[in-house]
Amino acid sequence: MKQSGVKTNNFHQKEYLGRKIKAYGVLHAQALISSLGRLIRNPVNFAMTATVLAVALALAAGFFLLVANVQQFTGALDDSNQISIFLQQHVTEQQGLKLTRKLSENTNISQASFISKHQALDEFKQYSGFGEVLEVMDDNPLPHVIQVLPESISLDDNSINELIINLKKLPEVDFVQMDMVWLKRLQAMIQLANRGVLILSVVLALGILFITGNTIRLELQNSRDEIQIAQLVGATPGFIRRPFLYCGFWYGFIAAAVAWVLVSLMLLLIQQPLDQLTGLYEGQFRVRFFSVKETMMLLMISIGLGVTGAWIVLHRQIQQLKSE
Amino acid sequence: MLKFDRVFKRYPEGGDALIDISFQLQKAEMVFLTGHSGAGKSTLLKLIAMMERCTRGQLVFEGQNLNHLKEKQIPFVRRQLGLIFQDYKLLYNRTVFDNIALPLVVSGFGYQEIVRRVRAVLEQVGLSGKEKKYPLALSGGEQQRVGIARAVINKPKLILADEPTGNLDPELSDEIMSLFGRFQQVGVTILIASHDYALVEKFHTRVLHLDHGRLVEDWHETERS
Repeated sequence: MKQSGVKTNNFHQKEYLGRKIKAYGVLHAQALISSLGRLIRNPVNFAMTATVLAVALALAAGFFLLVANVQQFTGALDDSNQISIFLQQHVTEQQGLKLTRKLSENTNISQASFISKHQALDEFKQYSGFGEVLEVMDDNPLPHVIQVLPESISLDDNSINELIINLKKLPEVDFVQMDMVWLKRLQAMIQLANRGVLILSVVLALGILFITGNTIRLELQNSRDEIQIAQLVGATPGFIRRPFLYCGFWYGFIAAAVAWVLVSLMLLLIQQPLDQLTGLYEGQFRVRFFSVKETMMLLMISIGLGVTGAWIVLHRQIQQLKSE
Repeated sequence: MLKFDRVFKRYPEGGDALIDISFQLQKAEMVFLTGHSGAGKSTLLKLIAMMERCTRGQLVFEGQNLNHLKEKQIPFVRRQLGLIFQDYKLLYNRTVFDNIALPLVVSGFGYQEIVRRVRAVLEQVGLSGKEKKYPLALSGGEQQRVGIARAVINKPKLILADEPTGNLDPELSDEIMSLFGRFQQVGVTILIASHDYALVEKFHTRVLHLDHGRLVEDWHETERS
């Protein structure tokens, strides 16, 4: 007897909860649609604010993609710390090979390979297009070269420099060159640019936060009567906040969508002249557009900022409306 | 169902608005609240609607002590009340339907239930067929009936009307009052603030009279003939 009572009670509770969840869903759907309706009722304001937000977003996202593109380009290049050791002209192939073996035993060097002057000449003929000119020359002007790959994991830039200095001291060596110094510098610059993008993004995000906040504040003031009447007929603060939070949501969503289109258009405009440029260098470089993940990130950040901006203002303003 | 027990209300800047008010309302009672302007009628209604809190005393509505109510419980008390205002307080950019449906929307009713109830209440107040109109297209009397429809759609236990006929001519006032009479008959308690003594005289109901914040008279209908 008692047990069945508990059961029905449970059942009622479940049903009640189900109804509540459904009602909650209905409320949210209403707020989602009605807030969009509210925005569209004032299309000029909506379009202007959304555009401002979109431009701010596009600026940050555009810089981000630009840097990402340059990074992709340099990433494709071999970024090893390869060192070329040019040997004195009088050093024979035998001596060179001996030195190479000695270097491979060095703990700081992971790999050392010998390129004889003949090999070098063949390669040069093949790639430089000066083949016929070289035919004319009696002597091979090229030295023997040893290519050394330092133990990259254990060595930082300082110890690589030390290694180079030590290599230079060897009697057979003419001079030593780190092949990719320029690449290292470029990468450092990209890192700087990345930091710049981050700072710019934070500043623009703050801007977006304040713009949405201010827009929602005006929206709130326009619907002051509505809010007061809704409060009098028993609207909870949550009910009153909801449509405005969704306004923030829509601003974020639409700004992100417009920014996405803007940046993609800009990249499309760049693609063609870039193709021409890389064509001249016999290379090929495809511009990288937003990935799916980045698109999602853009949407989420933008919506997050919109809703947060709205929330900050709502929190303060509704308190103020209540006290009137 | 409503009990004031030695209630005081003092505004920090405006002095005493209500002084030592005690009375009770029973279920299905219709009561007038009279007094000169500034006597504290509106303040008294605001205390019940939780738009203000009293400074001292006890205020009990349907067994709940309103003084002890938390801020977030206020909306749920208001859903048991129907508020009617002299200036109707309608939303002029919304249709009659939307205006009347507001309390249900706020409480999370489904659309079908809302439509059903709005139709029913429109018929009750005699505004059938006008749900798609905007309030400004209606006469004053009709606008107040929209206000009443909005107040009763939540099936409130207590209706608070602040000068509901203040902007209406006597004929329309009678209409509104007879509407209140019908709600009273189905068990709703109605508290009407009014300084229209001619109107009050017409109805042989209980009258609470305020003077400078004090409840100076409490006539029951039997005492009034």
